This record gives sequence, C-alpha cells and structure tokens, in this order.
Amino acid sequence: MTKGKVKSIIANLLTIEVDGPVGQNEICFVSVKDVKLRAEVIRITGNIASAQVFESTRGIKIGDPVEFTGHMLQIELGPGLLSRNYDGLQSDLDDLESTYLERGVYTNALNRKVEYDFEPLAHRSQKVKAGDWLGSVKENWIDHKIMVPFDFEGEAEVVWLADAGQYTVSDEIATLQNEKGEKFPVNMIQRWPVKKAVKTYVDKPRPYKLLQTGMRLIDTFNPMAEGGTGFIPGPFGTGKTVLQHAIAKNGEADIIIVTACGERANEVVEIFTEFPELTDPRTGRKLSERTSIICNTSNMPVAAREASVYVGMTIAEYYRAMGLKVLLLADSTSRWAQALREMSNRLEELPGPDAFPMDLSAIIANFYSRAGMVNLNNGKTGSVTFIGTVSPAGGNFKEPVTESTAKVARCFYALSQKRADSKRYPAIEATDSYSKYLEYDEFREYSEENIQKGWVDLIHEIKDVILRGQECRDQINILGNDAVPLSYHIDFWKSEVVDFILLQQDSFDEVDMNCPMERQKYMINKVIDICRQPFDFEDFEKVASYFKQVINLMKQMNYTPFQEEDFNKYEKELEELISKRETVPA
Amino acid sequence: MITKAFQTVYTKITEITKATCSLYAEGVGYEELALVDGRPAQVVKMNGNKITLQVFPGTEGIATNAKVVFLGKSPTLKVSNLLSGRFLNAYGEPIDGGPAIEGESREIGGPSVNPVRRQKPSHFLGTGIAGIDLNNTLVTGQKIPFFADPDQPYNNVLAEVALRAEADKIILGGMGLSNDDYLFFKKRFTDAGALDKIISFVNTTEDPPVERLLIPDMVCTAAEFFADNQQQKVLVLLTDMTLYADALAIVSNKMDQIPSKDSMPGSLYSDLARIYEKAVQFQHGGSITIIGVTTLNEGDITHAIPDNTGYITEGQLFLRRDPEIGKTIIDPFRSLSRLKQNVIGKQTREDHPQVMNALIRLNADAVEARTKKENGFDLSDYDQRCLKFAIDYAEKLLAIDINIKVDEMLETGWELMSKYFEKHEVGIKQVFVDKYWKNEEGNEEE
Ligand SMILES: Nc1ncnc2c1ncn2[C@@H]1O[C@H](COP(=O)(O)OP(=O)(O)OP(=O)(O)O)[C@@H](O)[C@H]1O
Ligand SMILES: [Mg+2]
Repeated sequence: MTKGKVKSIIANLLTIEVDGPVGQNEICFVSVKDVKLRAEVIRITGNIASAQVFESTRGIKIGDPVEFTGHMLQIELGPGLLSRNYDGLQSDLDDLESTYLERGVYTNALNRKVEYDFEPLAHRSQKVKAGDWLGSVKENWIDHKIMVPFDFEGEAEVVWLADAGQYTVSDEIATLQNEKGEKFPVNMIQRWPVKKAVKTYVDKPRPYKLLQTGMRLIDTFNPMAEGGTGFIPGPFGTGKTVLQHAIAKNGEADIIIVTACGERANEVVEIFTEFPELTDPRTGRKLSERTSIICNTSNMPVAAREASVYVGMTIAEYYRAMGLKVLLLADSTSRWAQALREMSNRLEELPGPDAFPMDLSAIIANFYSRAGMVNLNNGKTGSVTFIGTVSPAGGNFKEPVTESTAKVARCFYALSQKRADSKRYPAIEATDSYSKYLEYDEFREYSEENIQKGWVDLIHEIKDVILRGQECRDQINILGNDAVPLSYHIDFWKSEVVDFILLQQDSFDEVDMNCPMERQKYMINKVIDICRQPFDFEDFEKVASYFKQVINLMKQMNYTPFQEEDFNKYEKELEELISKRETVPA
Repeated sequence: MITKAFQTVYTKITEITKATCSLYAEGVGYEELALVDGRPAQVVKMNGNKITLQVFPGTEGIATNAKVVFLGKSPTLKVSNLLSGRFLNAYGEPIDGGPAIEGESREIGGPSVNPVRRQKPSHFLGTGIAGIDLNNTLVTGQKIPFFADPDQPYNNVLAEVALRAEADKIILGGMGLSNDDYLFFKKRFTDAGALDKIISFVNTTEDPPVERLLIPDMVCTAAEFFADNQQQKVLVLLTDMTLYADALAIVSNKMDQIPSKDSMPGSLYSDLARIYEKAVQFQHGGSITIIGVTTLNEGDITHAIPDNTGYITEGQLFLRRDPEIGKTIIDPFRSLSRLKQNVIGKQTREDHPQVMNALIRLNADAVEARTKKENGFDLSDYDQRCLKFAIDYAEKLLAIDINIKVDEMLETGWELMSKYFEKHEVGIKQVFVDKYWKNEEGNEEE
C-alpha cells in the first residue's frame, strides 16, 4: 500500500507527499502520537495529496507518517443496522466506552457476536445478480434480506447456500461462482462506498403513492409520495426539527433513517431517549426497532458531516433493495453544504455565490437523485423517500443551498417566521409550499381510488379558501372593519377555521400529534362543508365570536380520540351551533 | 509564563502581520503553544517547516529577531477546587492578586461528549422571572443567549439570573467586557455573598481582542471539571459572544481566508457550536448550562452572528424596552426556549403550556389592535379588552423585575384572562378552564 508523510497543515486540511499511487476520495490514516486518524483524499497534484482529516488535527507534526487504504469511504451493511446510534463515519456510539469522543477510536458497525435466524430464499444452481436475495434473517420484526453483494459484477451461480439456522454476520452463508468460474464466499456483511449510488434495481418509475406522515399540512395539503423528495427550509426556531421528528415518529415507512447533520446533540438525545419508549402506530412495536440514527452533531468533526448524509443514504438504499419502504431524514443539509464550503475555501478553490463551492448545485442534485421508488429484479418494489431541512442564512430563501435544493426536490415545505412567531405550528406556509406530486396524473388516480373521489380538487378548493381569507384580511386591515362588506369578515373567518383546524397541529399533544388519513379526510370534509355554507350575520363582531366558537369546538375534537365519546359530544355541539345558523335571512 | 532551559530558541521571524508571525522551526505540533518575545502564541498553520503563529496579545513591537520558544503542548488550564472565587485572565492566570492556581493541568478545547452518554435535559431551572420561567422555561444542560441591543441592561439581567438560578457553580466568561461591567459583576457577586461559588475568566476592553478567543474554552474546561468530575450543576455565563465572533473575524482576516456573510469567517457556525455544545446534562446529575449574551445591531437578527447563534442554541431571550410600561421586558414573541416542553406541565403545573400559549396569543391580538388603533380604525370591544389586558400582562408577567414562583405566574395568568375575556375566547382545553377559571371574586369556580 502507498505511504506518505505530512507536508503541511491548516485546520483539518493536510497535504501529504506520497510514495505511490493514490485515488481521489481514498481513505488514509495519519499517525499522530499513539493514535491513527482517518482522513479522505480530496485533491491530488503530482505526488502531493490533499486530505481532510475527520478528527482534530491537534499535535500532528510535519513528517508524521500516513498509510493509504486503497478504498474510498465505505460502510458496513448487514443485519444489526437498526436500533443503532452511529457517528458520521458509522462507529457505534454505544460501543465507545469513554464519556468523551476520543479521536482515533473507531468501532465495527455490525455486532459480530449476535446470531441471526437465517432462512434461505435462493437455491443451489440458481443464477443471481447483484442485489438478488439469497436469504433472509429477522432483524427486530423486519425480514432482512441477505443479498448478493452490490459490487458483484455480472451473473453468478449459487454453488452453495447455508441451511436454515443460526449464524453470525461473519459466518459464510453462500458461495457464488461468476461467469469465469471464480468462486466467492458470501457472508452477511457487505461493504459499499457511500458516495456511489446503489443501482441494483431494474428501473425507477415516477412516485405516485401517498406516504402518510400524520401531518395534515403535508398529507392533505402538500402530499409526499413514496420514493419522493422534499425539503423544509426555514429560519432558526421555526420548527424544522420538530417537524422532522414528528415525521420520524408517525411516518408510514418500514424503516426510518435519521441523519443529524451538524445540529444539536440534545436533539439526538431526545430521539435516543424517546424512540425506545414510543410505539410505532402501525406495528405496535417500539419506534427504535425500525430506526437507525446517524449523528454528527455540530461539535463533532466538520469533515464527517458530509460523510454522515452519504452514510444515511447508503443505508437507506440498502434496505430499499430488500423491497422495503424507507424514509430518510436529514437535519440540516445546510450544515453539510457549509462543511463543503469550509473545505473548498481551505483548498483555495474559486468560490461560487456566498463562497460556496461552484459545484454545490450538482452535489445536491446528485444526492437527491438517489432517492426514489424502484422496481427490483424480482418484481418487488422498494423506496427511499428523502426529506431534508435547509437552514438559510438570515432566514432568506434567496441563497445557494435553498435555491439549489428547490431545483431538485419535488416538495417544498416553507416554514414562515410569521407563523412561528404567532405559534401557528407547524409553521408551514400552506399556499407558498407545494407538492409537485399533486400535479401527477398518477397521484390523482391513486387518490381517487384510495382516499376519495375528487380529492385533488378538494385540496385546491380548500387552498382557495385560504387565499381568499388572506385577501379579505388585507382589505380589512387597509380599509377597516366597517368599510368592507360583511362577507369579507365571513370569508376571513372561514379561512381561520381552515387554519386552526386543519393547518395547525400540536406536535406535543398525544392525540393531535398524529392524524391518520381517515381522520384527516373526515375533518377536511367537515371544514369544507362549513366553508361552502353561506352564513349571514348582523355585524362583524358577531362573525368573529361565532367562528371562534366553531373553532373552539373543532379544536376540542382534534384533541380527543377520533370518534370516541368526547369527540362525538363536541361534534354534536358543533352541529347544533351550525344548524342554528343554517337559514340565511332573505 | 516561564520558559524551560533546554528548549530551542528561535530568533529568526520571517513574516509579521498584525495578529500572526511566521518562522522556520522543526518538530512542532499543530496547535502547539509558543512564546514570541514572551507573548503567548499558538500554531495555526504549518507548511513544511514554515510555522505560522497566532500571537494572542498582537504583534505590535515584535522584531524579526525576537525570541521564539515552543512549549510542547496546546493551551492548558490548571483545574482544582482552588478555582472557586477567583478572577482569572484569558490564560487562566489570576488577576485578583491572589496566588497562582494549583491543580491538574488540562488541555482546553478538548473532545465533545459522546451523545449517547448525555441525558435528555429535563430539570427545571427557575429564575423567578416570568418572562423566562413562564414563557421560556429553562432547563439544566440548556444553552441559550440573551439577544439585546447594546443599550439594554443585559449584564445586569445576566447577573440577576445567575444569582437566582439554583447552581453549584457559576462560571463567568467576560469577553471585551468594559472595565465598569467587570467591576459591576465583581461587586454584585461579592455583595450577594456568593463569591465562593463563582469563577470568572475576564478579558476586558483594555486587553488585546485576540486573547478573547481563549476565554470560552477556558470557561468550558473549568465547567467540565466541576460538572463531570464533581457532578455539580454549573451555570456558564458568556458575555459578549458578539465580541468573541469579532475576534474570530480579525484572525481569519489576517490569515487571508475568504470571508462569508457580514465579513465573518465561513466556519463561524462550527466555531460557535463548538462552544455552545459544551452545554450538557450528564447522566450522573452534573450539568453545564450556558447562558450567553449576543449584542445586536439595532435589533437585526439576520446578521451572521445572531443568525448562526440562533441556529445553534436552544432558543433565545430577547430583551426589549416596552414603552407602554416603561420597563425592560422579555419579548414574548421573539423569545423562545426550545427545551421548555421537557418540563412545562410535567415538573410545573399541568396547565402551564396552555396558559402560556393562550396569554401569548391574546397578547398578539393586542398588538394587532394597537396597529389598528394607530391606523385610525375603530376598535371592537374585543380589541379594547386586548389592549387593557396587554398592559397588565407586561406589567405583571413580562417585566424583568418580577420575582415569583411559577404557580403564582399561572394564577396571575388566569386572573388576567378571567378579568378581560370570556372562556371561549382563550382557546384552552375545557378541563383546565373548568378547573382554574376565576369567577368575579377572583376565586376558582366550583
Ligand atoms: N409543531 C409544533 N408544535 C409546537 N411547538 C413547536 C412546533 N414546531 C416548533 N415548535 C416550537 O419551536 C421550537 C423550535 O423548533 P425547532 O427546533 O424544530 O426549530 P428549527 O427550525 O429546527 O430551528 P433550528 O434551525 O435552529 O434548528 C420548538 O422547540 C418548539 O418550542
Ligand atoms: Mg432544528
């Protein structure tokens, strides 16, 4: 293997004089005192390699030895990835003994001792390709497929397959023979370079199936599709993380991968603490059983931030290849972009807008393109849905990361400072935000069949109520309460009903935090009935006080278990309140 | 600082800028400390044998033949119980005339706590100020700054909060502190008879600005000693982080780095996060809570310093003068404690979250009514009531001179709501309204 010596150091950027071949993105280890620090080659000029060190460079000296590994940053894939808390380079945080993250200490990602119940799925002499299923083990409640390694070239024949039984991840479970007659032992661990997309599928059709998140503002107003992409930009404190956590808790996916990228440690601790306690509303199992966390918090080494999102994506792709529905969340992709910026500046590259690297857009586009629903070789489907947050500087969306992401993500959930300030949570601006999937014919068809007839039109109708309400409120503010027709007040208050009852949702209320589609449908139909009703009042003060009562009752409904006693009681009161107003005086 | 006899002495500096100097030397480690003509300096760049040093006190008067020695270690602090009650400079040396600190020498700026060894911060940290305890409840292990214009009495509020909060140790990091404010802290802490639980690291406006860069790491190293080794509840005060960031900008500018927004270094987010993330709740009960001050320029929070701070900390407390009542208040709209949900309604009374939200919402309606009034529109009866409510609310709950228990704050909240509004106007869960609503006489209804 190639060796080298440190030539220069500035922050976490080293230049290394090498004595042999090196590859772009190759991993190397720098020896300093008694530890070896992992670094990644990011530029090569002649026999000088520039490398970003994934750890503190304190104490490194000129001339310190460097060993190259011959491979890019790669991770381990296999049973045991779930319920784990990894750092950005896939060290298992629970296996690190010390209270502090000592540099140069790395762990295996997969436990080598646990035995899994293996069931063969393929058979001897079967012809297989990369990603095909050889067998299956139970990982928590998930059928974890043991697959032909993703980097296996061409067709192989299964020449030996283990019988059903107990095996550890490093036990051999199959022998494959390639077209040249070479034999390859296969165990349950495979390695994959994180910056390369896993492409062992047949094709990637357009996403069209609703992926429920339990949030009305998403599922009803700006639906996310299975295999879709979306992003959540917003100034600090407007609710990006709370929203992502809510989606992680209630999202209707088989697997959730949470990447905490350059954000607060306490937010990750919240997941560590809560997820093992909370139950997955669909399976009744603990949430942590379907979750894997990759965490590179803001105080952890900056270079590993970039790695962390790729590690998350690669794990997501791995489970997708098993025919599972995977939801990948990253908070915040801006921190990753900033890490790229820091490095690019140190390399003295020509800066693009706001000193971000010139190819930022391309990097982001490339990453988002790895999401998607796929048809596998065996006819099954799997999906990776990706939702990232963006933290725009100064809360201004006219900045490179927001703009580059908007070009590629299909759903846009814009958080507004104004809504957050008035505690109208989730602070998603309903009308500025969008889901491109609403325009897909495939989605329209799907919703007609699976939700209700005319669903997409109903959503547009209700969005119009909001828009109309905003116009009316502006007019009232400009002209004054008395100077506008009474109907302006009525239309404004109808939009307030939509706002308070459908848009707003309390992520900290046990009942309201998760609103299944059945319930969303029920409430939207209730609300639209009210919006369609031609009310009449004596004066504008009566309008306000009437609708406040409506809102109050419907809010109580939102806070109580669906169609149970209390819910029905409030609903009855609501109906009385409405029927009292039913007749419009001539 | 003392140099040792056997160290190599270099006397050939090749380049000097305002904050750095360069020379050729061998066997030097990255981030190692050095003395340049007796002034503390640190290695920030190495290119072959050419070493660039950041000279903390500045390079004024340094000659190319000045003596340079390397100390073989990065900056350290001596930690022990002897730190209590002491006032130290940015290098951890006494400035109070007392003896040198004895103790274990620790490198500052050490590694971060493994997230899985942390505990979810969920111990209520009371201050008696309703603008904080009621609306923006703090917990131990939280990090939160005051956002304040320079004319606000932020250091007074900081001292007040520190003395009222239940903490075993208070560690003050003063950066660019005016001498008057330094003396204020000293007097306030002494008067309170709390000196033995306070440690201060101080860089005043009279000291070189680059020295400030050491203060937060010194403070946090001391904090980790007490919080982790002695399992104490440590409260860290950092004022003023804007001046800290300014010092970062000076250095990065001298190093020819490409500035990003507002002439700040592109790494500002990571630099600030490294400090604030030292806030931690340990599983053994010790904790570090960080309350910072970020001064603003005319309330502009989109500037890179407050903006990046907001993205790092767990909320912010906005100080503002309320012209209606003529007092400084904690702005209910722009302030936020993100960890409040870990304790409110759990360690505080069940109705806390709902009452807090309802009061803020009604206050928002008052703001709208005020705008209407200013624009010359007629006010509805509801608007009128909101306006009256808002004044009471500011006076009795938002002003920073309030010192009451949370239950009392909640009772006050219910009184105000019952006085000015109808039950259905407050939008609170029926069960709480039934239980806590005040009837005419101010008693709770049966
Ligand atoms: N849906 C919600 N319901 C109630 N409160 C909310 C909701 N969303 C956000 N909040 C409040 O806003 C605070 C900030 O939310 P969050 O941490 O998600 O912001 P953020 O956008 O991720 O900010 P940053 O960019 O700084 O990380 C929360 O601590 C909570 O108090
Ligand atoms: Mg966040």
